[in-house]
Amino acid sequence: METPINMNRDDHPAFRAEQLTKFYGSGESRVYALRGVDLEVPRGEMVVLLGPSGSGKSTLLNILGGLDSPTEGRVYFDSWELTAFDDWHLTKFRREYVGFVFQFYNLIPSLTARENVALVTEIAENPMAPERALELVGLGKRMDHFPAQLSGGEQQRVAIARAIAKQPRVLFCDEPTGALDSKTGIVVLEAIARVNRELGTTAMVITHNAAIAAMADRVLHMADGQIQQMEVNSHPCDPHELSW
Amino acid sequence: MLIELLRPLDRKLIRDLWAIKGQALAIAVVIGCGVGMYIMSKGMLISLAETRAAYYERYRFADVWAPVKRAPDALLQQINDLPDVRRAETRIRAGVILDVEGAAAPITGEIQSLARIAGPHINDIVLRRGRYPDPIHEEEVLALDAFAEAHRLEPGAHLYAILNGTKKKLTVTGIVQSPEYVYAISPGEIVPDKKRFGVLWMNREALANAFDLDGAFNEAVILTSAGSSEDALLERLDRLLKRYGATGAYGRSQQISDQFLTNEIQQLETMGRLLPPIFLLVATFLLNVVVGRLIDTEREQIGLLKAFGYCDRAVALHYLKMIGAITLIGILIGVILGLWLGHGLARMYQDYFRFPFLLFRAPADVYLLSIGFSLVVAAVGTSSSVLKVLRLEPAVAMVPPPPPDYSRSARWLEKLARWIDQPSRMILRHLYRWPKRAAMTSIGIAMSMGLLIGSSFSLDAMIYMVDISFNVIDRQDVTVNFVEPRNVRAVQDVLHAPGVLAAEPFRAVPVVLRNGQRSRREAIIGLTPSADLGRLVDTDLHPVPLPRHGLVLSDKLAELLAIGAGESLRVEVRTGRRPELEITVAGIVKTFMGTQAYMDLESLNRLLKEDIAISGAYLLVDPDQTDALYAELKSTPVVAGVSLQEQAQNAFYETLQESLGTFVFFNTLFAGLIAVGVVYNSARISLSERARELASLRVLGLTRGEVSYILLGELALLTLAALPLGALLGYLLAWTLVQSFNTELFRIPLLVSSSTYGYAVLVVVVAALASGLLVRRRINQLDLIAVLKTRE
Repeated sequence: METPINMNRDDHPAFRAEQLTKFYGSGESRVYALRGVDLEVPRGEMVVLLGPSGSGKSTLLNILGGLDSPTEGRVYFDSWELTAFDDWHLTKFRREYVGFVFQFYNLIPSLTARENVALVTEIAENPMAPERALELVGLGKRMDHFPAQLSGGEQQRVAIARAIAKQPRVLFCDEPTGALDSKTGIVVLEAIARVNRELGTTAMVITHNAAIAAMADRVLHMADGQIQQMEVNSHPCDPHELSW
Repeated sequence: MLIELLRPLDRKLIRDLWAIKGQALAIAVVIGCGVGMYIMSKGMLISLAETRAAYYERYRFADVWAPVKRAPDALLQQINDLPDVRRAETRIRAGVILDVEGAAAPITGEIQSLARIAGPHINDIVLRRGRYPDPIHEEEVLALDAFAEAHRLEPGAHLYAILNGTKKKLTVTGIVQSPEYVYAISPGEIVPDKKRFGVLWMNREALANAFDLDGAFNEAVILTSAGSSEDALLERLDRLLKRYGATGAYGRSQQISDQFLTNEIQQLETMGRLLPPIFLLVATFLLNVVVGRLIDTEREQIGLLKAFGYCDRAVALHYLKMIGAITLIGILIGVILGLWLGHGLARMYQDYFRFPFLLFRAPADVYLLSIGFSLVVAAVGTSSSVLKVLRLEPAVAMVPPPPPDYSRSARWLEKLARWIDQPSRMILRHLYRWPKRAAMTSIGIAMSMGLLIGSSFSLDAMIYMVDISFNVIDRQDVTVNFVEPRNVRAVQDVLHAPGVLAAEPFRAVPVVLRNGQRSRREAIIGLTPSADLGRLVDTDLHPVPLPRHGLVLSDKLAELLAIGAGESLRVEVRTGRRPELEITVAGIVKTFMGTQAYMDLESLNRLLKEDIAISGAYLLVDPDQTDALYAELKSTPVVAGVSLQEQAQNAFYETLQESLGTFVFFNTLFAGLIAVGVVYNSARISLSERARELASLRVLGLTRGEVSYILLGELALLTLAALPLGALLGYLLAWTLVQSFNTELFRIPLLVSSSTYGYAVLVVVVAALASGLLVRRRINQLDLIAVLKTRE
């Protein structure tokens, strides 16, 4: 992968999207997921995407994360145009710069917590030790347990450790607390906030839980495939102050 | 659309089947191979046996042959009067050397007399074309169709024959088939050579004139009455005909054409018994795995259907219909394949077995039985899964199953895991977690490899058998048989023939060998102690010298007579003064073809109280001068028969290529299909089970190659594990086949060459790779977005 010329220019946003449109089908049955979204995500920010299901937030996240491509429009990560990448380059992009956290954890059941993290660190260029990543999410003592031996919250924290261990530039979390109770959810959000704070990782969190928005630097409200409103929060609160 | 007319569950059935069409087809094909093989081998077996029975019945194939040197025609009455004889006829039969225009080498043949009067006769012939010889034209003959076909002889064609030392020009008036020559093979050979073995029929008077047998015969052919004892009759005949130079009467079991036919039928039986079960076993396994997996993935749907009020039976029936549909497709493929292969085999057989007709026709019970087998296979393979459907509680079914627990791992595995990367750990733990499935996959692949080895080893083994027989044991280029035993000095004459580099005399003496109740009609071959062309070899194939005294038996003959070295054997000589002797078995030697008894030529002649007489000679020939030698042999009156090793070998290889080659080709195809069926299905199942896991890994940034490694690496490991097991299974199958092919005609050595193993490995690996590539394409199409949203 060619090195971007201005990779380290701090004034570059982490992401810039221009007129992103995504639709499925054609003619009468055409369904729009995104309708001309323009967006800039500054580096190091914690961004929360809020909106009802079908509002296009997941589609937007998938496109930014290099999992999906828009029907029209462009996406830039630093100075790379992601929308011009082929599958191989998108894979390299995800492998080196992106961390994903899924709603249902998606851990590998045949690997222990440590090994789930190592799976990613083995192929990353500048990873932290898997043990350190697990300590960051407070799981230093359960490293040799298999997913079947961990609770939902623990599994999700392993997933976060797995996402951040490669020291990604950006962390995408799609409903990270969706399958968890509020107490466990807050522990998970704390892990995400800590990574964002301590490692300077840009974090984008999808949720339809409005309470979570309070911990974000920036909140994007989505509806009907468009960003309806963008709030900048100058005093984001700590996750343990949240409740729902 | 037609599908709209169906009930919802049946629509689901059709769509589900379509969704797993590749896997369903792979299973159906494996079932089809088993059914097809069964229909082909069983149907052919029945067709062959029935055709033979009908042919023998309609043309009155003899039950007993009683050759003599010369007996008066009047003796026929006495033969007819023997108990158990339903009907007897006499005839003249003699060996001849034939010469057809365009054929360089002399042709060995037989000539028989035609009955004096028309009407139904024993061993009747079937006139295919032309007409019977005119009694007033002595030179007119009928020719066997295979021979005529090979030399393009039509009615009106001419050929030459040396009849009792006189070369005669003959005219073919008709082309015939005979139940005595269904498998037209010259004695001592293993495959028929249409070009080099001819049979002619001539008017009785003309033939009697040529062989000085006016008012006499040299063979009686007999139909026995039902329920008679053949052994007793043979004994009576031998007693009656002793004075007339009887060499020993024999029944159908020693009639060469029938012997080969029986042998072929036995081989078909073995195949029909061994191969179809292998396919059906693999099909059972595939059904078990695929249906089991399908039902696991449809847990929630099953729960939902039951929650909606569909009763257990209706839901189970839905899956039974799916299994039934796959099985039916398999049966259909099998029936079509079986018919196609059967008709092809019948056509191939028609070339070797000269029946007036040979139609492949399998009776209804063969079809019913194969359908029954397939249904049993389907039931056995899927019963556990269907029971699971019946037992599933709706409430339980709708809750997703707990994630598989990998925490119980083996210590050795964890020790090993420390040294390898995460994807490899995933492979090992997955195999350890599902050991039964892993074992079944490996066994399935191993079976396909075993089938390959078992079916292709015989090619090597047969080539080896012929190579040893012709190049280590009997090393002569040409064998010359004299009309009558001659003085040993005749060897000198033979040595002077053009191109003859060396000549060794031999004497063949017709005898009956007896050990207790067991007896065999054989010929003792007398050899010179220094014999270097016709040799004896031990089990390690090292040449062994011929002892001065005593008999040396081939291993098969010793086995048939149940006698060992050092024991004494009763020998009843059936020529000359017909002495009856007790001779010690001095040794046992290895042979692959026929049954032989050897003795020192001088001791043999001494026992017969005769001067040193010889029956013929083994020759070593200068290859540049064969044509001159052939020309000389064709016109030498004292020569009754000539066999040419090289041509016999070539004929053997040709036959092998055509028949066994075709067979090996089909078995390779079938084995390949099994391997693909097993590997592809295993891979598809693993893929559908682990699609979410693999897609997650793709999202995490693993490349397509890295993700494929996890799935295909597992299959590669299972394939690798299957290889030694497959080699073992192949060896066992080969062993079983060798046992069933061990007949007095020939014995195939249990010899599986490394190239056979290599070939089987290659086919299995290619099949595995092909399945791997098919699955790899699906890995490339994994839906990365869906996995983020769906729960396990």
